[in-house]
Amino acid sequence: MKYIDEFQNPELAQRLLDDIKATVTRPWALMEVCGGQTHTIIRHGIDQLLPEGVELIHGPGCPVCVTPLEVIDKALEIASRPDVIFCSFGDMLRVPGTGRDLFQVRGEGGDVRVVYSPLDALRIAEENPDRQVVFFGIGFETTAPPNAMTVYQARKRGIRNFSLLVSHVRVPPAIEAIMRSPDCRVQGFLAAGHVCSVMGTQEYPELAERFKVPIVVTGFEPLDILEGVRRTLRQLERGEHTVDNAYPRAVRAEGNPAARAMLDDVFEVTDRSWRGIGVIPDSGWRLSSRYRDYDAEYRFDVGDITTREPAACRSGEVLQGLLKPHECEAFGTTCTPRTPLGATMVSSEGACAAYYLYRRLDLPTRPAAATADRATATAPAPAPDLEGSPVV
Amino acid sequence: MCLAVPGRVLAVEERDGTRMATVDFGGVVKDVCLEYLPDLKVGEYAIVHVGFALQRLDEESARRTLELFENLGMLEEEFGDPWEQAAQAGSAQGDLAGEVRQ
Ligand code: SF4
Repeated sequence: MKYIDEFQNPELAQRLLDDIKATVTRPWALMEVCGGQTHTIIRHGIDQLLPEGVELIHGPGCPVCVTPLEVIDKALEIASRPDVIFCSFGDMLRVPGTGRDLFQVRGEGGDVRVVYSPLDALRIAEENPDRQVVFFGIGFETTAPPNAMTVYQARKRGIRNFSLLVSHVRVPPAIEAIMRSPDCRVQGFLAAGHVCSVMGTQEYPELAERFKVPIVVTGFEPLDILEGVRRTLRQLERGEHTVDNAYPRAVRAEGNPAARAMLDDVFEVTDRSWRGIGVIPDSGWRLSSRYRDYDAEYRFDVGDITTREPAACRSGEVLQGLLKPHECEAFGTTCTPRTPLGATMVSSEGACAAYYLYRRLDLPTRPAAATADRATATAPAPAPDLEGSPVV
Repeated sequence: MCLAVPGRVLAVEERDGTRMATVDFGGVVKDVCLEYLPDLKVGEYAIVHVGFALQRLDEESARRTLELFENLGMLEEEFGDPWEQAAQAGSAQGDLAGEVRQ
């Protein structure tokens, strides 16, 4: 298909790789922010094609993975109520809450439905005026405008039995948090292209300047990733740190002004807890006071759930780029997509799932010093459980 | 879930006061809301995410990017090893890593 096939061309990939090899003189560590990019990288083995010493660190940009446990537990509680139809994107169904997930709630009789678009949930609300319909509104700046439009339409059309359980997150504060972390090894960022399709690029120059780090807006096809890497490395080798757009076919500097205006109307910036990472100031959106009536947390009074993560899962380190998935002791043994311990193994965009899916079960681990000084991280790779892998 | 994909607009219509389109994703056809890109026209491509068109795909810019990639390493082409180039040019499309690693 147009705009996909052309950007997967192996011959052009070779040209980009040759140019990258000619550019690089020393080791560099880049972070791709978005889970969709992680997926492309692992699927096509792009990390293994890059010159020795150029490392891609996988970032926190998987919305399913960073949705905090207490929000999942709120979703489970709301979805269990007999008067509720709980609508969600499919990849939230198996994300473990405390003790269970949405899939199990459905098995126990909860009316949990998978939708493709939040507008589908609004239609369900219209068709079921005697039920409460709740949509699970998670995601980054790419998903927030569709959810904002849906709430806006609900109000405009007077659909009162619809509400949103909101846990939206924003990329720039996460970049800032990563750069401030004492363990940070990231020297350049591949910014998430579709986030910038909406938001434009104006949030990034200040970050690039303050942290002296190049930020290159990058797309999702293999050639897009290689071009993002190439432009980031070129800046690093020259000692530059600017914002560059390697995905101009889908990203304009101003983003999508109509979508941004809607975000400003429906949402307001708030501190947000990221699963496995903790609270990042100003890193999320919640419904603004004008739309409070459509906030499921208020409607169902689930404001005060507190939770604790299982100790075995190290997805927090994975999400911060401090640990590669196969370096987790549970990876491929007690933790598989069938029996996930953490959200990064559930979501199709999660780094653990990508490594499992594309059989990164026997990669060498990095030396202990580089992995947040947990000696156990260098234990030999566990015996792979290939039986459960969908790609054997 | 966060994935957004390019699709081509087949038809545009107003539905319940909302601008909607039918969009073709390489054979799969879906309803897409155009409220954020109201001037998108039949035949144009857009990035679509969870049923919403979020940004127009610019053909001219795509063409220029591909051209840039093609021109990378033009010098090597002039002076490089013709056998290696012939081998590369002959490789069929498929798994990218497998191809490129050769
Ligand atoms: S492999 Fe499983 S347990 Fe380990 S970090 Fe990933 S999700 Fe958590």
